[in-house]
Amino acid sequence: MSLADLTIVEAGVRLRSGEASSVDLLNAVIERASFTEAQLHCYLTIDHEGARRAAETADREMAAGTDRGLLHGIPLALKDNFCTRGLATTCSSQILAGYVPPYDATVVSRLRSGGVVIVGKTNLDEFAMGSSTENSAFGPTRNPWDPERVPGGSSGGSAAAVAVGSALGGFGSDTGGSIRQPASLCGVVGFKPTYGLVSRYGLVAFASSLDQIGPLARTVEDALTLFEAVAGHDPLDATSFPGEVPEMRAGFEAGPRGIRVGVVKQLSGDGYEQPVAAAMSQMLDRLTNDGAEIVEVSLPTFDLALSCYYLIAPAEASANLARFDGVRYGLRVEGETVEEMMARTRAEGFGPEVIRRILLGTYSLSAGYYDAFYGQANRLRTKLIQELDDIHRRVDVLISPTSPTVAFELGARTQDPLAMYLSDVCTIPADLAGTPAISVPVGLDERGLPIGLQVMAPPLGEPIMFRMARAVEERAGFGARPSMAGTPS
Amino acid sequence: MPIEIDIVHVARLARLALTPEELERYRTQLGVILDHAARVQAVDTTGFAPTAHPLGLTNTFRTDEVRSPLDREEVLSQGPLVRDGYFEVPPALEGT
Repeated sequence: MSLADLTIVEAGVRLRSGEASSVDLLNAVIERASFTEAQLHCYLTIDHEGARRAAETADREMAAGTDRGLLHGIPLALKDNFCTRGLATTCSSQILAGYVPPYDATVVSRLRSGGVVIVGKTNLDEFAMGSSTENSAFGPTRNPWDPERVPGGSSGGSAAAVAVGSALGGFGSDTGGSIRQPASLCGVVGFKPTYGLVSRYGLVAFASSLDQIGPLARTVEDALTLFEAVAGHDPLDATSFPGEVPEMRAGFEAGPRGIRVGVVKQLSGDGYEQPVAAAMSQMLDRLTNDGAEIVEVSLPTFDLALSCYYLIAPAEASANLARFDGVRYGLRVEGETVEEMMARTRAEGFGPEVIRRILLGTYSLSAGYYDAFYGQANRLRTKLIQELDDIHRRVDVLISPTSPTVAFELGARTQDPLAMYLSDVCTIPADLAGTPAISVPVGLDERGLPIGLQVMAPPLGEPIMFRMARAVEERAGFGARPSMAGTPS
Repeated sequence: MPIEIDIVHVARLARLALTPEELERYRTQLGVILDHAARVQAVDTTGFAPTAHPLGLTNTFRTDEVRSPLDREEVLSQGPLVRDGYFEVPPALEGT
């Protein structure tokens, strides 16, 4: 087995016993990338030099007795919408081609001080808008389980890299499901924390009331470890949660006994592929056998969550993306006046999905429509949050499929924006409510494509969410890896 | 009732110089998406205040400490057109 296939926890053990160095780990993931990248295109930038320096430093420090914690010396992949000082950050957009940020995102500086080795920056749907990583100005990422299929999105590059072993773990951002849906389609764990638990300073903003950073990993424990390293209040992010990050390790292995599990009626039925539905009911049976209490619950507002999201997210995006105007960074297309320069720059620099969402958001914020669209969507959002609060008096966690379908073929949904948006129907409610949610791989369908289940919990409910996710993981016993991860013949 | 969209006006507000063909295509697509999204209007939300922060966090303040700013040269190095320490842009008004 290659070092590239270790979990973060296993790699940490080897680093501390001296069986492997950080440079060995880095070499293993770079070697893996050398024969998977041509086909998969997980990375937009691999920082060969910077990563080597970081790995050498990590080894030197470890040898000298300085241990920076559980991520010391671990090679990770970062989505290319995190600002990294001195390392290109494109958001998969022509409008940011060539941009080299003058500062690190808080998450990046926390990882660096934790001794992490940043392998590179991964592909995404442009500005994180999409569910397939096909909306990248630099070409799509492909699914390691079947390269004719998408890895999901928007954090598809990080998900595919973790699945195939060109990083031991990674980070993405989730606005409508952009961590959990690609995790599900690539057979890895993806976690979106409670809104505000991870600082977004230096994350290029998409929809500020929804965006949250979180990890992608091969196991639930690795995801927890990655999350712990970056969570916690940051005065540079005004939306950052000022309280303590909940303690999550104590009950982590306690199992499902006594946990009340809600199964959401609205997240089932037509449109859910049979193997996905079967994996779900099998898991519920196992959890019941082991002492969990399963309750069917109804959350009527979930039926409108997608509509609500497609008013709120584009509205906020249209405001956030106003900063890309050809003045301070990135592309500029000349014009006679400043307005002409800006309008030409933006039309040329943004891809079609980003333009579509900016127009949608501008429309729903414009005079005469604001209250009927954006205002109404945000009142409905409050109603959804209250429905969830009520349900959580009766159940501890909710379980659903992460995605109604397994990975779909490239091009299958690109001509129909609405069909693409429906990919996120299960993940959007947790973004609207700001609640923690995690996707755990539970099996493969008959074609060998991964299926993921989602565990959702109330705000700051990470401890019970991780406990249930671990119970699901243990019962699923999902150990499969894409064949592409094997040594080439 | 189909939703009316003055796409030329919206594109102007969004500072997007699109061709007539592009405008027409986006108008059609926006119509489909908004038809779906307009379902939110069927719900009675009387008495619900709009969500701003999903956890209900309101005004937060940080301590007002002096910190070093971003490196000036590093910041300016990213500008498409820079002169004498400023970002340069075309005139804001025609004929000036």
